[in-house]
Amino acid sequence: MDTLYLAIPLASLIGAIIAGIFGAQIGRKGAHSVTILGVGISFMLSLIALKHHVFDGAPVYNESVYTWLVSDGIRFEVGFLIDNLTVMMMAVVTGVSLMVHIYTIGYMADDLHNWPRTSLAGTNAYQRFFSYISLFTFSMLMLVMSNNFMQLFFGWEAVGLVSYLLIGFWTVRPTAVYANLKAFLVNRVGDFGFILGIAAVVMYTGSLDYADVFGKAEGLAGQSMSIFNGSEWSVISVICILLFVGAMGKSAQIPLHVWLPDSMEGPTPISALIHAATMVTAGIFMVARMSPLYEYSEAALSFIIVIGALTAFLMGLIGIVQNDIKRVIAYSTLSQLGYMTVALGASAYSAAVFHLMTHAFFKALLFLAAGSVIIAMHHEQDMRKMGGLKKYMPITYWTSLIGTLALIGFPGFSGFFSKDSIIEAVHHSTLPGAHFAYYAILLGVFVTAFYSFRLFFMVFHGEERMDQHTREHLRESPWVVTLPLILLAIPSMFIGGMTIGPMLFGDYFGSAIFIAEQHDVLAELGKNFHGAFAFVEHSFGGPAFYLAMAGLISAWFIYMKSPQTAENMKNRFIWLYRLLDNKYYFDDFNAAFFGAGSRLLGRELWQQGDVKFIDGVLVNGSAKLVGWFAGVTRHLQTGYLYHYAFAMIIGVIVLLAMGIF
Amino acid sequence: MSDLPLLSILVWLPILGGIAVLLAGDKGDASGVRVMSLVFTIATFLLSLGLYTGFDASTADMQFVERHAWIPVFDIYYHFGVDGFSMPLIILTTFTTILVVIAGWEVIKKKPSQYLAAFLIMEGLMIGVFAALDAIFFYVFWEAMLVPMFILIGIWGGERRVYATIKFFIYTFIGSVFMLVALIYMYFQGGSFAILDMHEMSLSMNEQILIFLAFLAAFAVKVPMWPVHTWLPDAHVEAPTGGSVILAAIMLKIGGYGFIRFSLPITPDAAHALDWLIILMSLVAVVYIGFVALVQRDMKKLVAYSSIAHMGFVTLGLFVVFQIWENPANATGNGAALAVEGAMIQMISHGFISGAMFLMIGVLYDRMHTREISAYGGVVHSMPVFAAFSVFFAMANAGLPGTSGFVGEFMVIIASFHANFWYAFLAALTLILGAAYTLWMVKRVFYGEVANDNVAALKDINARELVIMTTLAVAVLALGLWPAPVIDVMHASVENLLQHIQFSKL
Repeated sequence: MDTLYLAIPLASLIGAIIAGIFGAQIGRKGAHSVTILGVGISFMLSLIALKHHVFDGAPVYNESVYTWLVSDGIRFEVGFLIDNLTVMMMAVVTGVSLMVHIYTIGYMADDLHNWPRTSLAGTNAYQRFFSYISLFTFSMLMLVMSNNFMQLFFGWEAVGLVSYLLIGFWTVRPTAVYANLKAFLVNRVGDFGFILGIAAVVMYTGSLDYADVFGKAEGLAGQSMSIFNGSEWSVISVICILLFVGAMGKSAQIPLHVWLPDSMEGPTPISALIHAATMVTAGIFMVARMSPLYEYSEAALSFIIVIGALTAFLMGLIGIVQNDIKRVIAYSTLSQLGYMTVALGASAYSAAVFHLMTHAFFKALLFLAAGSVIIAMHHEQDMRKMGGLKKYMPITYWTSLIGTLALIGFPGFSGFFSKDSIIEAVHHSTLPGAHFAYYAILLGVFVTAFYSFRLFFMVFHGEERMDQHTREHLRESPWVVTLPLILLAIPSMFIGGMTIGPMLFGDYFGSAIFIAEQHDVLAELGKNFHGAFAFVEHSFGGPAFYLAMAGLISAWFIYMKSPQTAENMKNRFIWLYRLLDNKYYFDDFNAAFFGAGSRLLGRELWQQGDVKFIDGVLVNGSAKLVGWFAGVTRHLQTGYLYHYAFAMIIGVIVLLAMGIF
Repeated sequence: MSDLPLLSILVWLPILGGIAVLLAGDKGDASGVRVMSLVFTIATFLLSLGLYTGFDASTADMQFVERHAWIPVFDIYYHFGVDGFSMPLIILTTFTTILVVIAGWEVIKKKPSQYLAAFLIMEGLMIGVFAALDAIFFYVFWEAMLVPMFILIGIWGGERRVYATIKFFIYTFIGSVFMLVALIYMYFQGGSFAILDMHEMSLSMNEQILIFLAFLAAFAVKVPMWPVHTWLPDAHVEAPTGGSVILAAIMLKIGGYGFIRFSLPITPDAAHALDWLIILMSLVAVVYIGFVALVQRDMKKLVAYSSIAHMGFVTLGLFVVFQIWENPANATGNGAALAVEGAMIQMISHGFISGAMFLMIGVLYDRMHTREISAYGGVVHSMPVFAAFSVFFAMANAGLPGTSGFVGEFMVIIASFHANFWYAFLAALTLILGAAYTLWMVKRVFYGEVANDNVAALKDINARELVIMTTLAVAVLALGLWPAPVIDVMHASVENLLQHIQFSKL
């Protein structure tokens, strides 16, 4: 199996290298063929690994590939840990990636329009794009397959790099290159916490290997460390919270969420792949992987559940006032990531990972469908200029409907199973903060349904608000675009109902996820679980279903039936509208405090510290002293050759004399 | 091991080569001296690989030792030898010099033979600094190596080259004088100039403190550490590209090497007593300088400040070891070797990355004759290949995992956590600051719309520049993806040093 596991990430990497370095030689067709072949191999092999572990019951694979370095007895290694959690992630990542690769052929076909005519960077941009998304697939695979903290960090930062490159893919656009720098820096804030967490792990366990560290987790629970003088902190809580700060950056949780909406400056295929389905869920995956640590820290779990609940509810609200089709979906992603985080906090790790999986499919679908709309609209993204697209784009329409129903958790669709189990699980949790989280995510259901159908109605129904020229050219997208939509619509409908039994209430994850007995809310739920159909039936008795329906109907009423209501509501609650429209002023605060603040600090330190004090007082002061000293010694330098010659002779005599004695 | 005096050859071959190039002069075509210099540097590099292949990593003893009387009346010896600290730095020197010779190929029009000779002679002298085991012998190389650098800045430098040279001179001169006094004092006390004898010499606390401070004056200026760093940005700005590369890639390392070879083993108790001072200066370098780098308008100054911040990790790693041992919370007692090895790797990696950054700026400067960030914008549209390399090196400078820039920072951050949470906290701020100043520069120079006609007319890198960039990129990736071969040769020497300084001389 070793070679097979190694081949999975390497197939994608080789495709990326060929398309990246030899893009000009192999041309567009060569580039997309070689990368699709690479990712296709990764996907097929991932499925083999999945079958091997899930159906044939292969034992957990935990081996090192090579030793990066050994220092101070600590082994820094590159290695794979393959269990049921890993194979699921591998299959999702490579599967969505493959769909996105195919879709990109259609989406980027006329990409040359996005570059200035004379730009040499534009000529091979198509090939470069494929190289980047394959490189992303490689990095993400290394992240999920890792068996140690160092490689996790490698993958963690590598996906951040590719995200940076792809958000700023259209380097000519000022907004894009602003957004990618912002994304990288905000992620670095998260990584700052993450690396300190890793340092703490090394100090207290002497190892970076998951198995070693998890084995020592229980011992850490009793230890404490001092951070501020006098106050003692539990070591395990410090480690868990620091690691979670990393997850907050990557999975865009408040207050480190600010980069994700701006990341929509990148081309739509990567919004689907990186900023919805896979990379942003790395934080969720990481915490689930670390469940043997988190289970020993209720403080960290409470922190997580509150952050997640805030993100789930507050970010959903912003989605209501957005008019850019991609930004609505971006805020929806933030909100759904909040749901996953809440599930982690409630110790329902498998529910979080389950929602991660269903979300990967339906959110990738929604983004790619939005991209299909954007192609048809000649790169117009403002929903106020759309409407009535249903009759022009039937495939996009029906697949979007499936994605939207999955997103709002309509009974029977994939998202329903995952979201409902999260809500139920949190309901059972007794952790501090769980009560608050329960109501936040319950209200979030209404919000989700509202903004989702607002988008749906504004784009596909109602009057056609686009200009004449655009309307004449409206048509369904080519098959390379619609095929991935159809292929993603299938799991968006069915995968939830098919897998809920084993994943949440069966023994699917086995030893991959550890839950302390007193936190086991899913076991609690499992007592009443009698199959997927009963689960659907049961939901009609709970509040979530009715809230979702209320959201759907409100959206229909406001955006279809009585369009002036939206305007009235806006005027009535103008303060709320302003607050949401300005995204709670997070961006303004960051720009003023961190952005302008650090530039000011830098300027002052430079001008006052370096220039005025060190150079002005110390260096020039010494120079003056030397100058004065030189003024005295100048008398020794007469400029007469015989004086110098005389001095030299004396010197030589002294040296010789020393040699003799 | 063969009987070939390899270290002597490595020191004298480039010096003789430099003299030969000088004698060949600038009559007629310059390509003769260029090829000659290239042959000498490549030969030196290939020979220096013999140090790696012939190196016995299992021992901390000096290897390839040569010892002859030089000035017997003062017990001064012609004494060479290398261990796990100096050997990698010598190879870094021979490697970098090749790139510098190639980088100046057609660019230097003014007196090319003298320009190239200065680098060759400097190469030999720098190898001498790393290989010398006699303190006076060391001191001679230490001072002599500055002369070619003064000449390089003074003749091929920019407009304010005289100011920069004088500033450089005052700083280094004041530092070196104290070191010389300390060395002579120890000779009078111990009767030997052999550095290894000085390691074993017993010294009182007062003596140690004074000697430590004298060394600190010399080495802190070289590294440079805050607050004696202000010569570096000026020297870099005025130096020609090749000079900047050598300055950043090799000369700064001599400061870090000095701490390892002199300060720590000769005055361990003083180092222990004053470690808070060095740690403070290092952390200030990382944070304060990070902010200062952010607002620089000149690309070379920005990279110069970033060098100071990165070298802060070297001094932090070297001096945090005492507190790692003493931290009661550090139950395993581990972390000290991690810190020192991290510092060493950081030095080597910084050699590659800072060299690459200065070469990058050189490529732009050769075409546009300005280093002002505001003169650029949208370079990616006219120089896509160059932009790809630049973004790669910028990411390495920001410490991206997979590049060499990550290895040392990662090791030192982890190690300093073993001493104190806040040390790691402040050091880890480099993740944010380093990315901020480097990538903000990248954004303004490479991205966006084409800023002006000059940028639009830029030609992408030629084959010669491609060779340099590719070589450095491979080095940065190789060290980032598999640092073990470099770390493994250091283990014995690091263990030996740590055992030595753990043992008080009092």
